[in-house]
Amino acid sequence: MAMAALRGPAGRFRWRVRAVPGGARGAAGQQCYDLLVIGGGSGGLACAKEGTRWGLGGTCVNVGCIPKKLMHQAALLGGSLHDASHFGWEVAQPVRHDWRKMAEAVQNYVKSLNWGHRVQLQDRKVKYFNFKASFVNKHTVCGVSKGGKEALLSAEHIVIATGGRPRYPTHIEGALEYGITSDDIFWLKESPGRTLVVGASYVALECAGFLTGLGLDTTVMMRSVPLRTFDQQMASLVTNHMASHGTRFLRGCIPLKVERLSDGQLQVTWVDLASDRKDTGTFDTVLWAVGRVPETGSLNLEKAGVRTSPDSQKILVDAQEATSIPHIYAIGDVAEGRPELTPTAIMAGRLLAQRLCGQSSDLMDYDNVPTTVFTPLEYGCVGLSEEEAVARHGEDSVEVYHAYYKPLEFTVPERDASQCYIKMVCLREPPRLVLGLHFLGPNAGEVTQGFALGIKCGASYEQVMRTVGIHPTCAEEVVKLRISKRSGLDPTVTGC
Amino acid sequence: MVLDFVAPSPQGTSWGLGGTCVNVGCVPKKLMHQAALLGQALTDSRRFGWEFSQQVKHNWGTLTEAVQTHVGSLNWGCRLSLREKAVAYVNAHGEFVEHHKVKATNGKGQKTCYTAAKFVIATGERPRYLGIQGDKEYCITSDDLFSLPYCPGATLVVGASYVALECAGFLAGLGLEVTVMVRSVLLRGFDQEMAERLGSSLERLGVRFLRKFVPVAVLQLEKGSPGRLKVVARSTEGPETVEGVYNTVLLAIGRDSCTKGIGLEKIGVKINEKNGRIPVNDMEQTTVPYVYAVGDVLEGKPQLTPVAMQAGKLLARRLFGGRLEKCDYVNVPTVVFTPLEYGCCGLSEERAAQEYQRENLEVYHTVFWPLEWTVACRDNNACYAKIICNKLDNERVIGFHILGPNAGEITQGFAAAMKCGLTKRLLDDTVGIHPTCAEVFTTLEITKSSGLDIMQKGC
Repeated sequence: MAMAALRGPAGRFRWRVRAVPGGARGAAGQQCYDLLVIGGGSGGLACAKEGTRWGLGGTCVNVGCIPKKLMHQAALLGGSLHDASHFGWEVAQPVRHDWRKMAEAVQNYVKSLNWGHRVQLQDRKVKYFNFKASFVNKHTVCGVSKGGKEALLSAEHIVIATGGRPRYPTHIEGALEYGITSDDIFWLKESPGRTLVVGASYVALECAGFLTGLGLDTTVMMRSVPLRTFDQQMASLVTNHMASHGTRFLRGCIPLKVERLSDGQLQVTWVDLASDRKDTGTFDTVLWAVGRVPETGSLNLEKAGVRTSPDSQKILVDAQEATSIPHIYAIGDVAEGRPELTPTAIMAGRLLAQRLCGQSSDLMDYDNVPTTVFTPLEYGCVGLSEEEAVARHGEDSVEVYHAYYKPLEFTVPERDASQCYIKMVCLREPPRLVLGLHFLGPNAGEVTQGFALGIKCGASYEQVMRTVGIHPTCAEEVVKLRISKRSGLDPTVTGC
Repeated sequence: MVLDFVAPSPQGTSWGLGGTCVNVGCVPKKLMHQAALLGQALTDSRRFGWEFSQQVKHNWGTLTEAVQTHVGSLNWGCRLSLREKAVAYVNAHGEFVEHHKVKATNGKGQKTCYTAAKFVIATGERPRYLGIQGDKEYCITSDDLFSLPYCPGATLVVGASYVALECAGFLAGLGLEVTVMVRSVLLRGFDQEMAERLGSSLERLGVRFLRKFVPVAVLQLEKGSPGRLKVVARSTEGPETVEGVYNTVLLAIGRDSCTKGIGLEKIGVKINEKNGRIPVNDMEQTTVPYVYAVGDVLEGKPQLTPVAMQAGKLLARRLFGGRLEKCDYVNVPTVVFTPLEYGCCGLSEERAAQEYQRENLEVYHTVFWPLEWTVACRDNNACYAKIICNKLDNERVIGFHILGPNAGEITQGFAAAMKCGLTKRLLDDTVGIHPTCAEVFTTLEITKSSGLDIMQKGC
């Protein structure tokens, strides 16, 4: 079975590949494939590689998860440097951070992943076209290379996995000319300097978090609440931690304009929504993190009859990932109602390919997908937030167990553990099914993964409590959660 | 009432309330492990752009002081806790004199008798000595290491227990020259493939292993803090002997139960004469109905703090709280906190093969490269994950093993999942959290039986 991967309209792929046309030729010199994947990101590559058992990059590799976590790690290492002296390491001052060195190392690693994906596609005999794709009709896609060369490809099945891109608030004067987004921050050769991050998404907070950790003067401007779709108590703890560790917050403010000053710095004017008072500030960099928009604009979806949501412009899909046109599918960030996460895109892509090959009929389960926000103090969660649980089941039917704990590694360096907190949201009625777990602390992703499995197994509060803890860890505090919110007792874990 | 008394070690070390874990176990061990990890972090940080002087040294005194300060606060916390719950605490050595009566001897030799309706023995264990020339005079153990008033210098660790490997690991991580003398296998009782991989990771750190040797004499060449010691060792396979000179010799060859000298024979509590441990029923009751036991002294139970705590809590609830719940000793997770950590829950491959027959098992495995190690240019083949599944029971996960950073944080949740009946299918159906190390378990594909290469590829 021959397959092809076409680059989506806006992926920033830095290599050039000349695909060798292959496959059966249809009418009008078109190439016919069994499966055509548009988009070389997490979902697209997973689908393409799975279909012929082998595996480019997309957002995750290039401007998302990977560089983000590496820069987060760089920031955490700054914290380790500070802790080290308390544990006996004698490090002469001054200690400073060189953005350029870090950026080069991160960028080199990302490039090695790009290369790795190319090799994998080749190994699995997937043809890769570095073309900008758009639909001609529901069976035919036109691909245009950088040089302007055109090719027509058709396929029995077409998968759209073009992802999304950061939104520019173009209604704000100077936003486009002077601001940058997450597409740019990881590729800056020079330090961004004094930065204003606009937004309250995890992208905004994660970026602001690592910038602060690297020693840069960082401000976050939010219109209303942080991490809107997340548990709000946890979201507050996340931002409280950032605020007490050097990040400045301008809450309830929106920017009005961005201007460039004669010395090259940026002047931002904003308004405080509550008081209606205007204010200005000077920054070296303005980073917009105000949401992402799906990459569907230039695909000519209407020529194929593929429908999108009028609100989000994302592609409407069913449980099989099929669009309004039966043989055209959409996975990953571009699909409506899906979590915008790499692993879900990958899994959806794999399962779809397996279904198309007739290998299985399994559908993707989008429930209880765990995730982690990689802010300086990390927040891992799976299942329902407290608000969602109460909305669904009623406050009387929900029991929330919680604890404030102190990681052992925080004791010696006297780190502030005020926001190290865990809560487990359960049904009150026996067997007290666990509806959601929320963990704020170091290595939250590592902690949360296994518990997400427990929830998938239908874990009850009792089962979790019967699990013996591993000592000394932070994760063990999850299996020791005894105090309920309802009891009103002090949830602070004491030693011994 | 709690009777707690710590007999000083042969080197004279003693400590406060809290037992082994707080004073000379888990807590100081993990803090020293953290100190070693921070040393590695310092090296990594340069590749992430951090710039500071090349000259970095470690000060042992700063570390032990910080560790002992924290331990002291925990001792205090324990005392407060007991006081708050109106539990009388007497710092004295307890010994049965007759049924329902103990004699308590304090540090000054004063004796007082106490009676009670029920008793719990939770006296734990102490490090074993070799019984060779010079061992008690010149060697130290984990009882002494965490408060050692001088840097141990070039150290010979005798033993292959997790205590031996963890100590060897953090000492090497702090920049000391470390040799480990092993009589036969590493981490007896643990999965041997994992043990060997762990051993290799220590070797890569610079730890030298002397395999299949046992010490026969320890001689003092020079007094000092530390001094210089000569160790003569004999091969277990022939007449060959080897000599080495070290500043410190740390014995970590096992622990002996503190069940002698507490009068158990006077009231008829049966103990295992070979190892001193106390057999109990599933209610932690000894052969004498009003005497219970919990913790490291128990025969056939995992010697872990959380197990002891869980057993103790549940016992108290059964005795006085009208509750029925028993301690669940199945699938107790544990972690070896060597520089590269090893977390596990359930069966080793060897035990699984014994219990279920190898042909009924499917083992999925992979090496993985933590993202944080990429830029730091650390080994891409060192970390390893495997699960052992029972083919006759829906590929139920009966053994979980991970060698990698933060193994404890990762293993805990999987232990809970195993308690809920984790299967391979459920692992496959669960979305991973990206990018983490833990997510590797949600994408395990290659089986040992396939013989395929397990090198990790791409995103």
